[in-house]
Amino acid sequence: MGEFFFMLVLLVDSTLRVAAPLVLAALGGLFAERSGVVDIGLEGKMLGAAFAAAAAAAVTGSAWLGLAAAVGVSVMLALLHGYACITHAGNQVVSGMALNIVVAGLTVVVGNAWFQRGGQTPQLTGDARFAPIDLPLAKTLEDVPVIGALYSEIVSGHNILVYMAAIAVPLVGWFVYRTRFGLRLRAVGENPAAVDTAGISVSGLRYRALIVGGALCGLSGAYLSIAHNAAFIRDMSAGKGYLALAALIFGKWRPVPTLVACLLFAFADAIQVRLQGTALPLVGVIPVQFIQVLPYVLTVLLLAGFVGRAVAPKAIGIPYVKER
Amino acid sequence: MSGSSAGGGAPPWVSNAVLPALNLAAALLVSAILIWLLGADPLAALKLLVAGAFGDSEAIGYTLYYATNFIFTGLAVAIAFHAGLFNIGAEGQAYIGGLGVGLLCLGLGGLPFILVLPLAILAAAAFGAGWAFIPAYLQAKRGSHIVITTIMFNFIASAVMTYLLVNVMIKPGQQSPETREFEPSAWLPFAHEILGYVGIEFGRSPLNLSFVWALICCVAFWVYVWHTRWGYRVRALGWNEHAAIYGGVAPARTVIVAMTISGALAGFVALNEIMGVQHRLLLNFTGGAGFVGIAVALMGRNHPIGIVLAAILFGALYQGGSEVSFEMPALTREMIVAIQGFIILMCGAFENLFRRRLVALLRPQPAAATG
Repeated sequence: MGEFFFMLVLLVDSTLRVAAPLVLAALGGLFAERSGVVDIGLEGKMLGAAFAAAAAAAVTGSAWLGLAAAVGVSVMLALLHGYACITHAGNQVVSGMALNIVVAGLTVVVGNAWFQRGGQTPQLTGDARFAPIDLPLAKTLEDVPVIGALYSEIVSGHNILVYMAAIAVPLVGWFVYRTRFGLRLRAVGENPAAVDTAGISVSGLRYRALIVGGALCGLSGAYLSIAHNAAFIRDMSAGKGYLALAALIFGKWRPVPTLVACLLFAFADAIQVRLQGTALPLVGVIPVQFIQVLPYVLTVLLLAGFVGRAVAPKAIGIPYVKER
Repeated sequence: MSGSSAGGGAPPWVSNAVLPALNLAAALLVSAILIWLLGADPLAALKLLVAGAFGDSEAIGYTLYYATNFIFTGLAVAIAFHAGLFNIGAEGQAYIGGLGVGLLCLGLGGLPFILVLPLAILAAAAFGAGWAFIPAYLQAKRGSHIVITTIMFNFIASAVMTYLLVNVMIKPGQQSPETREFEPSAWLPFAHEILGYVGIEFGRSPLNLSFVWALICCVAFWVYVWHTRWGYRVRALGWNEHAAIYGGVAPARTVIVAMTISGALAGFVALNEIMGVQHRLLLNFTGGAGFVGIAVALMGRNHPIGIVLAAILFGALYQGGSEVSFEMPALTREMIVAIQGFIILMCGAFENLFRRRLVALLRPQPAAATG
């Protein structure tokens, strides 16, 4: 029993670590998509932010400046996306895809020219990374059965970005459902013409949504390179942006269900790492790829309406052109 | 989707020649600025690139070998664009097409080449089309957004292929996840072999018979899209779904047909890579060709002639790019990826950037009293 409990605690712990960047990116995507702009570029923004964070942190030695650089780069990319899709009514999917590809190439080229390490950034130490934070009493409670392990292993001992991700969920929920900006955001994603008629700028709202989304995505990129790891590695987002997009869709473009989807996907990942090669009763060894593929299969099934129904914001993907 | 978007009031020669050239020039200008910022000389890089891509028959062979893949994926993305669909899944469809070719060549590789070739073409088409069929069906019948499902299917294809190659199809007693080599009767002849046979000297390169098949596909594509009623339905659906339905086009069936053709075309990448060059099935042989296809289709305005030109341009970038990175260490191979992204950005996302200005410039000045 004790061993099983310990394993479960570790499993939950690594679930949270994997889920944090997904949550931040998916919430970022939520703003963009709720405003009616497809955000396939989550992957690119995450990767660009991860590079910016690691590069800035390596040069300045400060994790906070790294975080600022990550948010800056991610917002810049979001604005470029907006300039193509909102101002010039370009295809949103093409634009997002283009940014992903540009960033995948640029991070390696620039990183290589800057640090001469084949696209990697120098290893970060000390203040250049976000270290795990021990919450008060974590050490004291460690030996208390059950609660001690739960508190000191699961609640305490994460870096600040994990806590930011945790706070971001209710915050985004409040923002989207309880504020004036949130109401307009949801309206502009459903019926931009009505918002326009009310005298509110559709473009302005969408740009603002993209900026907030970009900032959140920046946090998630920074998490990868200066919190979870200690350097930027080429292609380190490795499809996490697309996974976040899948979680957003799986969560039906709502904050809390999106969080649940991220946790589910992350839990599958944590289990897969732990189960690797071990035989389970009845089923035997489950191939790694089977678990890896689970989030994508689930998302397809959901989109096909076999597991619930995902209804996208109505105006998503359609550039808004004012009638003259 | 604006892939096959209207001319926006521009005459065809502007829309099909001037604008793509302007967008490409803008993308290359951005790339040149980047190269300059990296401390290299853009003009010297361009010279190296051209020499590396077209300098001798070997270089040309490599350029056309890369271009073969991009013609297939470019056509694949283009046919979907014509139907108003965005197929991001060409990468996965090509990968699964490789499974079809691999299974066939492993199983029937002993047959004479003249039998293996048509069967392999069918296998590549069937597997690629099959992989595209599921997202197509889900889009047509259940309204699942094809962009998302094809992205998911890329990941699923990758996992399926890794599983099969690592656990099932791997050559016994071998570490790296690849199948055994096919019998030589299942190899496509190389260009230097064919040309040598008729007495023409051509440098050794991976260029093979599949290039000819790519050109045949281009002609078939042109006939299908512009000269058959099926192609008309596809284009009608892409232009205006409501009008198409009113005109008697069955949207669900047309979506499925366009996407399965798209998947089949993507599957042909396996002919070039698996049957033509590697002669065995291995991991990640597609190497991003599916994504290059997006850039190729956008740049080529979804027309076979444009697609061939764009594919050769990208082939030259891939081949010449490796020469450049050899001579100029500051410009790593990933530079090509970035340039590819710039081209998609300028030719795709920012396609309206110059259009409006150019249209305004070309419009005969209207009399003041109109409006």
